[in-house]
Amino acid sequence: MPTMTMIEAIRHTLRGELDRDERVMVLGQDVGRLGGVFRATDGLQSEFGADRVVDMPLAEAVIVGSAIGLAVSGMVPVAEVQFLGFTHQAFHQIGAQLARYRFRSKGRFPMPVTIRAPFGGGVRTPELHSEALEAQFVQSPGLKIVLPSNPADAKGLLTTAVRDPDPVLFLEPLRGYRLVRGEVPQGEHSVAFGEARMAREGTDVTLVAWSAAVQVAEKAAEKLDADGVSASVLDLRTLVPLDAEALCRAVAATGRCVVVHEAPLSGGFGAEVVATIQEGCFYSLESPVARVTAPDAPYPIGALEEHYIPGVEQVVTAARRTVEAIA
Amino acid sequence: MRKYTRTHEVGKVAVSQPALTSGSGIVVIEPQFRPEHGHADAVTLLDPHGRLAPDAASVMDDAEVGAALRLMLFGRVFDRKAFSLQRQGRFGTYSPIEGQEASVVGAAFALDPGRDWIVPQYRELPALLRHGLPLTRYLLYHFGHPLGGHIPEGVNVLPTQISLAAQLPHAVGLAWGLHQQGRDGVVCAFVGDGATSEGDFHEACNLAGVVNAPVIFFVQNNGWAISTPRERQSAASSLAVRAVGYGFPGAVVDGNDLLAVHAVVSGAVDRARAGGGPTLVESVTYRIGPHNTSDDPSRYADTEALEDWRNRDPIVRVQRYLEARGKWDEAAAERVRAEIDAEINAALEEAWQVSPAGNEALFDHVFLADTPRLADQRRTWAKEH
Repeated sequence: MPTMTMIEAIRHTLRGELDRDERVMVLGQDVGRLGGVFRATDGLQSEFGADRVVDMPLAEAVIVGSAIGLAVSGMVPVAEVQFLGFTHQAFHQIGAQLARYRFRSKGRFPMPVTIRAPFGGGVRTPELHSEALEAQFVQSPGLKIVLPSNPADAKGLLTTAVRDPDPVLFLEPLRGYRLVRGEVPQGEHSVAFGEARMAREGTDVTLVAWSAAVQVAEKAAEKLDADGVSASVLDLRTLVPLDAEALCRAVAATGRCVVVHEAPLSGGFGAEVVATIQEGCFYSLESPVARVTAPDAPYPIGALEEHYIPGVEQVVTAARRTVEAIA
Repeated sequence: MRKYTRTHEVGKVAVSQPALTSGSGIVVIEPQFRPEHGHADAVTLLDPHGRLAPDAASVMDDAEVGAALRLMLFGRVFDRKAFSLQRQGRFGTYSPIEGQEASVVGAAFALDPGRDWIVPQYRELPALLRHGLPLTRYLLYHFGHPLGGHIPEGVNVLPTQISLAAQLPHAVGLAWGLHQQGRDGVVCAFVGDGATSEGDFHEACNLAGVVNAPVIFFVQNNGWAISTPRERQSAASSLAVRAVGYGFPGAVVDGNDLLAVHAVVSGAVDRARAGGGPTLVESVTYRIGPHNTSDDPSRYADTEALEDWRNRDPIVRVQRYLEARGKWDEAAAERVRAEIDAEINAALEEAWQVSPAGNEALFDHVFLADTPRLADQRRTWAKEH
């Protein structure tokens, strides 16, 4: 199996899908001539033409909104919003339009639309580039929310996203684009939605994460291991659909759990994870479930971001506290 | 670095150059685009007495004009029925079409239901019927029945839009997609004067120009967005002039003149079909009734303007035109009204027969297949609700 970075795996997958199905279109700001600000679409316009890999005007709402109309016409749009933080300017087209279209038309107009957007901190971007907004979209029923943490999953999940008959918000970890490398299966490779991945097996505590926070949890697990604490790491991979079964199984196996995410604490998807755990395996818990998240404060300017997003040390501390707590 | 400032003299921009402040450093530049350039007289073919303008000819033959008149009358009769049902608690919130019948029907008759698409807002029932939407579906929507949202396969109409102007990006994407696939369909998107203030209006028009989409932005300027008059929406002297800023043509048409609306939209359709791209049509009309069944226009209506527009009734105009041609009389009017009554009553009977939806309809079509969580909720609701 070849080794790829996240960004290579995404480009490789988009290329494969454009080649497989001529209805597939890639549209977004700077995706054509430039090949994307992170080069996720590098070379695709010269290979598939400017009608299928389209440089769009700088306007997020119409990037998403026109994808809706393209889907009605029979195309399969893969739209890129340059940074998840900019989806605020398309939120009405995503939540109130795209996500509801199949439902309100009683199935007449399905929406096989994928919206790709990178997010996450730690790379010193300007303001409004890093926000982890995933939980905001969970409250828009009709939308699937997918967050790969590694190159193999990026390929498998993006393949599933493009072929899914329903709209998918595909959120890519900005920090991991070039930092995270891994083996990627060649040829057909898809990963079903709603199947969490056990990234690491352990016996004392379960760390639950998604996207770039998975690497943070894995590093924390290594540190804990050196101290004699055995941590498992569960990568949820998709928030909608949620693999509640795997979540409860993984937490029940250790009786202790720490949820890690980059979004602010209150109303973050961690709250949903904790609620799901207490509904599904409350009596297996040995201690309260902990959350390691950003504070309920706006995403700060660059030099403060290491204080803002969850780091390995905070996860280690929370895990130790959880393990030491007496039921 | 030059610093641009506005002088007190309106319309003149002074450029002050810091390097020249010791001398006569003020240069006066005349703007090249002026607001008064945006004015155009509305295209009119029929005067309020139904007389065709000198040298004008109708593109629609008498049979077509008769069919259009019937649909305009349908709109007027349906308004009355819908209000009466709504007051009895048997119909949801309804926005009447009164005053705008020529605007809606004239545009609809310029389209080919077999290949063109209508992207509606919510005040265009006659256009949807002409395009093949069964009246029962429309009624069910207003009964609050989920089946009302289902547009039958083969009917080229997108769902009603409540979030105003949000339908315009969809219209552009649809038109663009049809064009990409080598299909010759044209998309006509309906929108009001109020919604032209939305960001989606701008983003959609802008993209349509860039990708040369075969789309018509049909702006029904009916004077009001609920209680907010047209002049509070934009300082532009016409809404159609904005087309220039997007790189495609705009036109202003007398929205109470069936033949003029039909002619202007037909021109835009032909242009789009031939690969000429988008057109922005401003149809200047007037909302005679309230915004909807919940509105109280006595708090804001301009009674003088209302009276003036009543005298320009779009239906009377067409009736007079056909009367003069020996194709319409009081007997025909009575016969058509009776047919429309019967048609509406039959559709109501049919719609009332449809079984009410159960709570499974809360879950159907959220996705193609339920997620596990949704499947759980479906079971719980079936048991406990």
